[in-house]
Amino acid sequence: MASRKCGGHDSALWMNADGPESGVVVSSRVRLARNLQAVPFPHRASADQLASVLGRVKGAIAATPSIGPTELFDLPDLSATDRQLMVEEHLTSPQHVQEPANRAVVLNRDRSVSIMVNEEDHIRIQAILPGLQLDEALRLASATDDAIEETIDYAFDEELGYLCACPTNVGTGLRASTMLHLPALGMVNMLGQVLGAVSKVGVTVRGIYGEGTDAVGNLFQVSNQVTMGRADEEIVAHLKAVTKQITDSEKNARSAIVSDAKEQLEDRVYRSYGVLSNARMTASDEALRLLSDVKLGADLGIIPGLLPSAITRLTVEMMPAHVQSYVGKELTAWERDSNRAALIRSRLAADREES
Amino acid sequence: MLCQICHQRQANVHVTKVTNNVRTELHMCQQCARERGELQIFEGPKFALSDILAGLVQTETSCGAPMGINVGGRRTCNTCGLDYSEFMNTGFLGCSNCYSQFQPILSPLIGRIHGHTRHTGKAPRRAGKAVRARQELEGLRSTLRQLIQAEEYEKAALVRDRIREMERVAHQDQLQAESAGGSGAEVAGSDTTLCTDDSEKRQEQPGTQPGTQPGTGSDASEGR
Repeated sequence: MASRKCGGHDSALWMNADGPESGVVVSSRVRLARNLQAVPFPHRASADQLASVLGRVKGAIAATPSIGPTELFDLPDLSATDRQLMVEEHLTSPQHVQEPANRAVVLNRDRSVSIMVNEEDHIRIQAILPGLQLDEALRLASATDDAIEETIDYAFDEELGYLCACPTNVGTGLRASTMLHLPALGMVNMLGQVLGAVSKVGVTVRGIYGEGTDAVGNLFQVSNQVTMGRADEEIVAHLKAVTKQITDSEKNARSAIVSDAKEQLEDRVYRSYGVLSNARMTASDEALRLLSDVKLGADLGIIPGLLPSAITRLTVEMMPAHVQSYVGKELTAWERDSNRAALIRSRLAADREES
Repeated sequence: MLCQICHQRQANVHVTKVTNNVRTELHMCQQCARERGELQIFEGPKFALSDILAGLVQTETSCGAPMGINVGGRRTCNTCGLDYSEFMNTGFLGCSNCYSQFQPILSPLIGRIHGHTRHTGKAPRRAGKAVRARQELEGLRSTLRQLIQAEEYEKAALVRDRIREMERVAHQDQLQAESAGGSGAEVAGSDTTLCTDDSEKRQEQPGTQPGTQPGTGSDASEGR
């Protein structure tokens, strides 16, 4: 699918398409952490060493046609807003852009694969796809890993596997995650029960921007806890099974609400849609909460013609850096709230017209 | 109400302080509050994975049993210079050699984190030759057991022969490595000038100090 322009740049594939189970599973992500042999991990490496790592990764990518066409973004060359755009689209992490020097992000054509250079580890390969596509994400990440490894020697130990800056990543270096939209479980007060149950079977539940972030807009990130003692495929299969269980619970809760309280649900969905379609000031947290209701309405066909992927894209487009990119200048918090409201109004109107 | 500091933006952060029974109130905008460090109290606690890990390590080491690190033993990675206390504070290791340098303490910690201490997943083509061979052998042995149970003896014989061949090659490789003076561990790639593979160090005598120092190689980036 062709990517849609978002704030002047092509946005990532995961925001532009509906994948399997995309009513509940917004995206699937697989990340592989790798380090170069005999080089200190980024947080202890000197500027020269970081620059050398960056140069070697650039060289490896250039020397490996199998990796496909890519675009490299040196973080110091990007504005603060452009760096934050990547964070908001989950193409890199908030930690990675904090110190841009000697750091880069490499993206493939549809932005389903990103390679973070000198993040917590020297190389972090990420594949992110719409809906529940963990197997495909693993295949993409692993193929990129193989391509880089053609010319770079990784820090690897026969017993411990891939050696990482943090021992929580050692072994496979693989973190698989799914981003889930779980509004109905919250409405029927079962969220704690379901997420509490899955946390006992080796998965972690966090906010959408990873470690230390809150779950706003009923969006949750579910990921594997351990990275050692299991094959990559086993880790992914386990997370897939857990994700399916949560997805089924959410679907059951949605069916129960539609069956028992359809009118109240429609009222809530249309109230949120009404606010978003008319508001003149909207903070990002408020917008995420309201968009959660609207996405549920789109998924259940309550708001006819509104594609769930359009709402997913809007949850990213209304984030602070995207709003600034849309307007084309830096904005204060108040100006952002005002322009965010205008952007949401225009997008919702356009999406309804398109349908 | 306008911010009492910049007198320009709307005040939406209100701080009340009582010092020596004197109550003071300050009304600020978000930006001024953040600059004065007042806003962080509204952001709530953050639980970073590294903090939890560091806490786990500290818990393990504060109860009198220093998890296998000898009191007189190495507490600093002689490759990257990371002091063990830094790892306790941050939860991050300094270089890949820290894994072998701090192996006595890391091994039980890794076991507690992952429930395993042995990697069974993917291995790189070059540095992970031995792992790939081991995994293939384990797979073949499992297949052999299944074929015998299913009484498919002709297929089982083929698998058995393949296992014997792999074992024979592995044995020959081991003999060659020993005859070469015990330096048989893989050093993948020609640009490994300073650090040797971690697995190699484990095969050396415990406590042997690899004679490598940071930044002394042809490429400073490979120093640690």
